[in-house]
Amino acid sequence: MTDIDPDDTVDARGAACPGPLMDLIGKMRSSESGDVIRLLSDNEQSLTDVPEWAEEAGNELLAVEELDDHTEFYVEKA
Amino acid sequence: MTDHVVIVGGGTGGTVLANDLAERLDAEIDAGDVRITLVNDDPDHVYKPVWLYVPFGQREPEDGRRRLDELVDDAVDLRIDRVTDIDTDDKRLRFRGGAPSVGYDHLVLATGSTLEPEQIPGLAEGGHDYYSETGATDLREELLEFTEGELVLSVIGSPHMCPAAPLEFAFMADDWFRERGLREDVDITYTYPIQRVHGNPHIAEWARPIMEERDVRVETFFNAEEIDPDAKTITSMEGTELDYDLLVTIPPHGGIDLIEEAGLGDDGWVDVDKHTLEAEAAEDVYALGDTAATGVPNAGSVAHYQAGVVGQRLASEIRGRPATATYDGKTLCFIETGMDAASFVEFDYENPPSPAPPSEKLHWSKLAYNESYWLTARGLL
Repeated sequence: MTDIDPDDTVDARGAACPGPLMDLIGKMRSSESGDVIRLLSDNEQSLTDVPEWAEEAGNELLAVEELDDHTEFYVEKA
Repeated sequence: MTDHVVIVGGGTGGTVLANDLAERLDAEIDAGDVRITLVNDDPDHVYKPVWLYVPFGQREPEDGRRRLDELVDDAVDLRIDRVTDIDTDDKRLRFRGGAPSVGYDHLVLATGSTLEPEQIPGLAEGGHDYYSETGATDLREELLEFTEGELVLSVIGSPHMCPAAPLEFAFMADDWFRERGLREDVDITYTYPIQRVHGNPHIAEWARPIMEERDVRVETFFNAEEIDPDAKTITSMEGTELDYDLLVTIPPHGGIDLIEEAGLGDDGWVDVDKHTLEAEAAEDVYALGDTAATGVPNAGSVAHYQAGVVGQRLASEIRGRPATATYDGKTLCFIETGMDAASFVEFDYENPPSPAPPSEKLHWSKLAYNESYWLTARGLL
C-alpha cells in the first residue's frame, strides 16, 4: 500500500472507457498545481490511457496500485 | 389508489416514454388506476440532430421543433413548468413560483444535457457551436463569410451529446468547402481530449484514416484550458497552442443541478444500474437518456430504446409483477462522412461497433429517419 495522501479522489469504477480518464482530467481542471488526485478505475484501458495522458500533460504519475477489483492511480498536477 | 408516474423532461426519452406508457397502460389510465404526468420547462419538443445541418444551410432550427401537446397522447397530463426540487424521501417534486408540490409513486428523470461554456475561460466569446439553436444559426453566418484560414474543431466536453457529431462536422465541412472550391484555402484541425479521434476505439480506428485522406489535421490529447478571443488562440492543458480564424467547439456538458442536490449522482448524471436503469440512491426512481450514467453514448437512439425498457418495467411494477425488461446498451447511429455519404453503426454493451462502408444510401437513410423521427416521438416507430 502506498502512503501517499491524496488531495482528492475520483471514483470512476464502473465507467466505460474513456470515462475514467475524462473524469480524472475534469478533476485536474479544478485542481491546483501540486495537488495529488487519486483515480479509482476498473477499466483495463486506464492502465495505458492514464500514464500516456499524464506524460503528455506533464503531470507526474506517482504510483499505480493494482488491487483485486480495481486500480488506483496517484497523479500530481504539474 | 391511483399510481402516479411523473416523467421530468420532454426530450426524446421523456416523450417516447410518456407515449409508450399511455398506450401500454391504456386500460389502467381509463379506469383511473394510473396517472401519467410529463413535466417540461418548454412547450416545445426539440429534436437536436437537426442542428448539425443548420450551419451548412440545409435545415432551419424550426425543423427540429414541435409543440409537445401535439406529440403527446391526450391521456398524459402535460405540465409546462420547471421543477425546483426533487425530494426522493417524501417522493415529491416542487416547482418554481411556489406552485403546490406534486407527489409521485414512480419518478423518471429524463432531464438531458445542458451546455456549460463558462467552464472554459474565453469559450463563450471566442467559440462557435452547433449544439444549440442560436449556436447553429450564428455558425451558419460565420461559415458563409469564411473563405480562407484555419478552422479548428475542438471537442472539449466529454461526455457530450451525439458522440459522432464532431466527426460528422469535420467530414461535412471538408466536403462543403471542396464543393465550393475553397478547400485549398481552408485548413481544418480536429482536436480530441484523449489519444484517439473518438471515445470508442473501433470508431476511432475507422475515422482516423478518413481524416488523413481528407487532409483533416488531428491533435489528440488536447483538453482546452483557455481561449483568447483577441489573439485567436486555443491552449490545451497539455501545453499545445493552436491559432484559429474560426473556432467551432463541442462545449462542456453537464446535467441539471437538481440531480446532484437530490443526492442522485455527480455533475447532473444519475447513478443507475446500467441494465435496469433504476437509480442507485433512491427507491422508485428511474433515469434514462443522457441523464442516466450508463457509459453508453448520449444519443437519441439510446434514450429511445431505454424508454421502451423503462415503460415495460413500470407497467410490470404497476401491475404487481416482477419487472424483467433490461437495457442491453443498444445504440444505433448514422455518421455523415460528407454532404452526400454516411456510415452506420450499431452496438451494445457486449458487441462493439463496426462502421459500415460510407454510401449515399446511408446518407439518405439518415435524412429519411430524421424526417420520420416525429413518429418515434409519438411512440409509433
